[in-house]
Amino acid sequence: MLTYISHANKALRERERERERERERECIRTLSLYMSTMPVFQQELDTKHDKHERLVKLSRDITIESKRTIFLLHRVTSVPDVEEVLTEADLKLDGVRLNIRMIAEELRGEDLHQFHRAFTPGIQEYVEAVSFHHFIRHRTLISLEEINTKLVFIKEAVGRPVLTFQVTPTDYLLGVADLTGELMRMCISSVGNGDMDTPFQVSMFLRQIHDGFSYIGNTGPYEVSKKLHTLRQSLSKVEDACYTLKVRGSEIPKHMLADVFSSRTAMMDQDEGVA
Amino acid sequence: MSVPEMFSYIQGFLSADQEIREDIRKVVQVLEQTAREILTLLQSVHQPSGFKEIPSKCQKARELFCTVRTHLGELKTKFPVDQYYRFHEHWRFVLQRLAFLAAFVVYLESESLVTRDEVAQILGIEVVREKGFHLDVEDYLAGVLIMASELSRLAVNSVTAGDYSRPLRISNFINELDSGFRLLNLKNDPLLFLNAEGSKETKRRGLGI
Repeated sequence: MLTYISHANKALRERERERERERERECIRTLSLYMSTMPVFQQELDTKHDKHERLVKLSRDITIESKRTIFLLHRVTSVPDVEEVLTEADLKLDGVRLNIRMIAEELRGEDLHQFHRAFTPGIQEYVEAVSFHHFIRHRTLISLEEINTKLVFIKEAVGRPVLTFQVTPTDYLLGVADLTGELMRMCISSVGNGDMDTPFQVSMFLRQIHDGFSYIGNTGPYEVSKKLHTLRQSLSKVEDACYTLKVRGSEIPKHMLADVFSSRTAMMDQDEGVA
Repeated sequence: MSVPEMFSYIQGFLSADQEIREDIRKVVQVLEQTAREILTLLQSVHQPSGFKEIPSKCQKARELFCTVRTHLGELKTKFPVDQYYRFHEHWRFVLQRLAFLAAFVVYLESESLVTRDEVAQILGIEVVREKGFHLDVEDYLAGVLIMASELSRLAVNSVTAGDYSRPLRISNFINELDSGFRLLNLKNDPLLFLNAEGSKETKRRGLGI
């Protein structure tokens, strides 16, 4: 009887040990599986990271070139031949579009939103430049669709589908919000040059945009409500300028108005510096 | 297109976007609830009495994963298939938690590490992006890292409960995990932070025993 019990105990212990060993083997098996998949993960993460970096770089290039275009466009207030400046800006924007095409190339077959953060600053700047250009030429707001149709690229190589890049409505909105700052600058500098029409056109246009943004209000993304504040400031500067033109315009000879006005804007800029 | 027209078009887009987000948020809330339930269930393994109940707890957790699968199935229907990353932020946290829970259950059952495929299978989702709602590598890895710190706690508590062999096994396991993570080039990544924190903590506890 006693030997029977000890025998049973032994068998039990044996089974226990066997189970332990089995468990260990299983553990080693899955861990070696894990160690072999780790390089796969490494590659996947590295690929993603590299792509992200390339996109950030492209976005920077786009930002720089778009900013330069905007500077160029600000010259329209002081040069006699507006068309020439606009054509030059168009050429620059073509260069920017080449960069956007490279972004589209990178994003082929990818989820656009996975890398959106990498290139959104560049795209916003591009929207700003393009819409500024459009406003100078047509005095209207470029639509999202018009922007996007310019970003359809035809591949030279045969057999590959047409490459497109879609600006998201949010990027468009943020770009347009930045545009208002440029318009304000243009308005003020055109007064300095004795231009009496542009300020009123700009103020009307800005008011429309302001109304549009108020309509969207806080349903938009967080950044939009932040930009709304700056927009209000730009608008009030432009409205002030128009007010001065109306009030002082009738009593001061035209050639002196520019002086009156530029001293006034200098004062306003100083205010801004303090605030 | 006039300025007001343009803005009302954008507004339409924005409100549609918000509706989708709201729908997603509702489902994610339910998912988080279930994830908490599973976690509570599994937390009992840290109790001295809980060690014997591990198989039954795992069984129950597996049952709860059934509801997770249905909810995730529901989540898939709330947004267009190809816009996973547009809304990713909404479920990233809960998905990492669920990956952790799945990994933990599998570890408790067999003391082995779940693969990404297994997690995806437990959650009823895909592994590859092209096939639809999938498990991002980073989310899987984050889940594994959360499990590592949970295991270090388990090691401590198993000693208290009188199980002296388990900590050694856990220590081996975590060392292996750690060397695996060292193969990754994590740059300035939330994963890296989680990993560094986790392994430091785990090793400290492992040495203490």
